Amino acid sequence: MIEKEVTVRNRAGLHTRPAASLVKLAAKYKSDFIISKDGFEINGKSIIGVMTLAAEQGSVLRLRFTGEDEEAAAMAILELFDRAFDEPT
Amino acid sequence: MTTTHHQTEELVLKGIPASPGIAIGPVLLFEKHKPVIQEKNIEVGEVEREIARLRQAVDRSTRELSKIYEFTKEKLGEHQGKIFEAQLMILEDFVLFESIDKRIQSERKNVEFIVHDEIEKYHRVMASSMDEYTRDRALDVEDLRNRILRNLQEEKLISRLEGSPVIVAQSLAAADALILSRNAVLAYLTEIGGVTSHMALLTRALKIPAVVGVRNVSTMVHNGDTIIVDGYGGAVILAPKDETIRRFEEKRDRYVSFEEKLHGLRDLPAETLDGRRVELSANVELMEELEFVKLQGADGVGLYRSEALLLGGEVFPSEEEQYQNYRLLADTMYPKPVIIRTFDIGGDKMMAHMVRENNPFLGWRGIRVMLDRPELFLDQLRAILRAGVRKNVSVMFPMVSSIKEVRKAKQLLEDAKGDLRTKAIAYDENIKVGVMIEVPAAAVITEDLAREVSFLSIGTNDLIQYLLAVDRGNDIVSPLYQEFHPAVVRFLRRIIERGKSGKVWVGMCGEMAGDPLATILLLGLGLDEFSVVPHVLPEIKKIIRSVKYRDAKKIAKQVLEMQTEDEIKKHLSSLIKEKLPDVLTGD
Repeated sequence: MIEKEVTVRNRAGLHTRPAASLVKLAAKYKSDFIISKDGFEINGKSIIGVMTLAAEQGSVLRLRFTGEDEEAAAMAILELFDRAFDEPT
Repeated sequence: MTTTHHQTEELVLKGIPASPGIAIGPVLLFEKHKPVIQEKNIEVGEVEREIARLRQAVDRSTRELSKIYEFTKEKLGEHQGKIFEAQLMILEDFVLFESIDKRIQSERKNVEFIVHDEIEKYHRVMASSMDEYTRDRALDVEDLRNRILRNLQEEKLISRLEGSPVIVAQSLAAADALILSRNAVLAYLTEIGGVTSHMALLTRALKIPAVVGVRNVSTMVHNGDTIIVDGYGGAVILAPKDETIRRFEEKRDRYVSFEEKLHGLRDLPAETLDGRRVELSANVELMEELEFVKLQGADGVGLYRSEALLLGGEVFPSEEEQYQNYRLLADTMYPKPVIIRTFDIGGDKMMAHMVRENNPFLGWRGIRVMLDRPELFLDQLRAILRAGVRKNVSVMFPMVSSIKEVRKAKQLLEDAKGDLRTKAIAYDENIKVGVMIEVPAAAVITEDLAREVSFLSIGTNDLIQYLLAVDRGNDIVSPLYQEFHPAVVRFLRRIIERGKSGKVWVGMCGEMAGDPLATILLLGLGLDEFSVVPHVLPEIKKIIRSVKYRDAKKIAKQVLEMQTEDEIKKHLSSLIKEKLPDVLTGD
C-alpha cells in the first residue's frame, strides 16, 4: 500500500474536466485507488465520487493505492496532480 | 388543491412576454416527471432481470443525453453543451453501477429503490457542500437520477411530438425546452418563470415565442385546445373566436415578413441615411445570451450586469471566479467592446437580506455599497482589469451622485492596478472608465463628471423614476411614470449636450434605448450609443438606417418644445407610421 498527500493546484479546483482525467487515468491501473479529504473517503475511479469531494484550489487530499501495480499508479497520478491537470494555476 | 376549470369562452390572460413572436395552435400540456419510488423485495431469480433493466435504462439515458448534448452544442455552442457533459460521464461511472448491481444482489431490492438510494448518498453530500460549483452539480446529479428512474419505468420523454403544438407547462427547465424544440414547437407558455430565466433566454435564442408567468393556465386548458400566444405583448388567448384568430394571423404574418427584412441588416452598421454612425450594442446578464447577441449583429456589450453573478449565491464570488466569467465575456465578444458595470446591488436588486431599509431606492445601493466594502470592490476591479488584457473591456460605476464617489472609485481602481503590478499579473493599464447617469444629481453635474471619465451611460429606468418621483413598481402611481414626459426629454438633452461638450461619448442603457418610439428622438438629441435588450436590436437598427440625422435633429427640436407626454408620443408615433409603416411599436 502506498499513501501520499497532494494539494490541488489548479485554479478551478477538481471540477468536472480534471475529475474526468483523474478517473480515466486511475482506471488504467488494477490497483484500488482511494481518495480522502477531511476524513471523507471515496473511490478515486468513480467520477461521481470525485465530484462529491468538492476539492477546490489548495485542498489537501490523501491518496491511497493498493494492488499489484500500485507504484506505477501512484507515480502516474501524482504526476497528474503535479501538472495541475494541465490547467492554469 | 387546484380546481380545474376548462375554458370554453374566449378569455384573454396576461403574462410576461419572454420571447417575441405569435403562435396559434393546439395546446400540449407538459408535465415534469417526478419519480415515485417504492421499496420492494425481489426473489433471487429476479436479480438478473432487475440488473438487465438497469442496463437498458442507462443505455437509453445515454442516448437521450447525447442527443441533447449534440443539439445544444450545435444550436448554442460548446460552452452550453458542457452542462450535459458531466451527466454523461456519470452514466459511464462503473464504480457507481457496480455497487448498484452488488446491492441489488445482496439486498434483494428492486432496482428503482437501489438506484435512488445509492445516488442519493452522493447527491446529499453535494447538495450540502459549501462550494457553489458542487451544489450546482448536485442539481445535475438529481436530474440524471430522475432520468434513469424515468427510463426504468419506461416512460418516454415526449421528444417526438405529434404536429406543431404550443407547450403549456407549470414550469419548464432549459433542458426540457431544448429537447422539445427539436420538434416543431410553436410556442412555450408557463405559469412560473421570469424574463431572465435560462428557459426564456433559450427560447429567444431558438427564436420560439414564449410567454411566462401566466398563473394557473395549465389548469384552464386541455390538450388539443386552440390557443394564441403573443410573445410581443404577453397576451394569451384561450378559446379564441374565429375573428380573433384571423386578427392574430394577420398580425403574425406582418411580423414574419418584417423580421425577414430585418435579418438582412445584421452585418450593416447602425448608420443614418446621411452617414451618422452610432454604436448599437446589447444589454447582457448571462453568458448564455452572447451567441444570440452576436447573431443579432450587436456592436458590442453596452451593459453587462455583473450582479447576475450574485444570483442564488450567499457569498460574493471570488476574484478568480469573477475573472473567469468576465474573461469569457470579453473573449466571446472580442474584438468588440464590452462594458462591465460593477455590482449594482440594493434598491430592488439582490442582497435584500443584508440590510432592511425603509426606502431602499433612496438607500444603500450601487456604488454606495461597493465604496463601503472596499475589499469586495477591489476583488471585482482586479477581476475586470485582468479580463481586459486584450483591451476590449471598460468598467462602469452605477448610481453615482457626486464627484467624490467617482474619484474614490477611481482611486480604488488604481489600487487594484497596483496590486496586480506587484503580483506581476497581466491587466489593462489603460482601461476606460465610465459612469451611469441615473441620479438627477449626476445629470446636473454631467460636465464635471465628463472631466473624470471617458464615457457616460444614461440609465433611464432609475433616472425617470427619480426625476418624476414615481415608483414604477407602485400600481397606484405607475401611469405617472412617463418616458416621454417633457421634463425627461429636456433632461436628456441637457445630459447629452453637456457630456458631448466635455468630449466624452454619451450612451443609454435603460429601457428607453430599446423603445422604437424613442429612437429618432434620441438620435436627434445626439446620443452616441444605444444599448438595448438583444431581441429589439435589428428593429432599432432598421429605424436608425431609415432616417437622416439632419431630420432627426429637427424632430428633436420640435419635441423639445412640446408640453405633454401625449403630444410627444402622438407626434413620434405618427412619424414612425409614416416613415416606417412596418415597424412594430406595440399596439
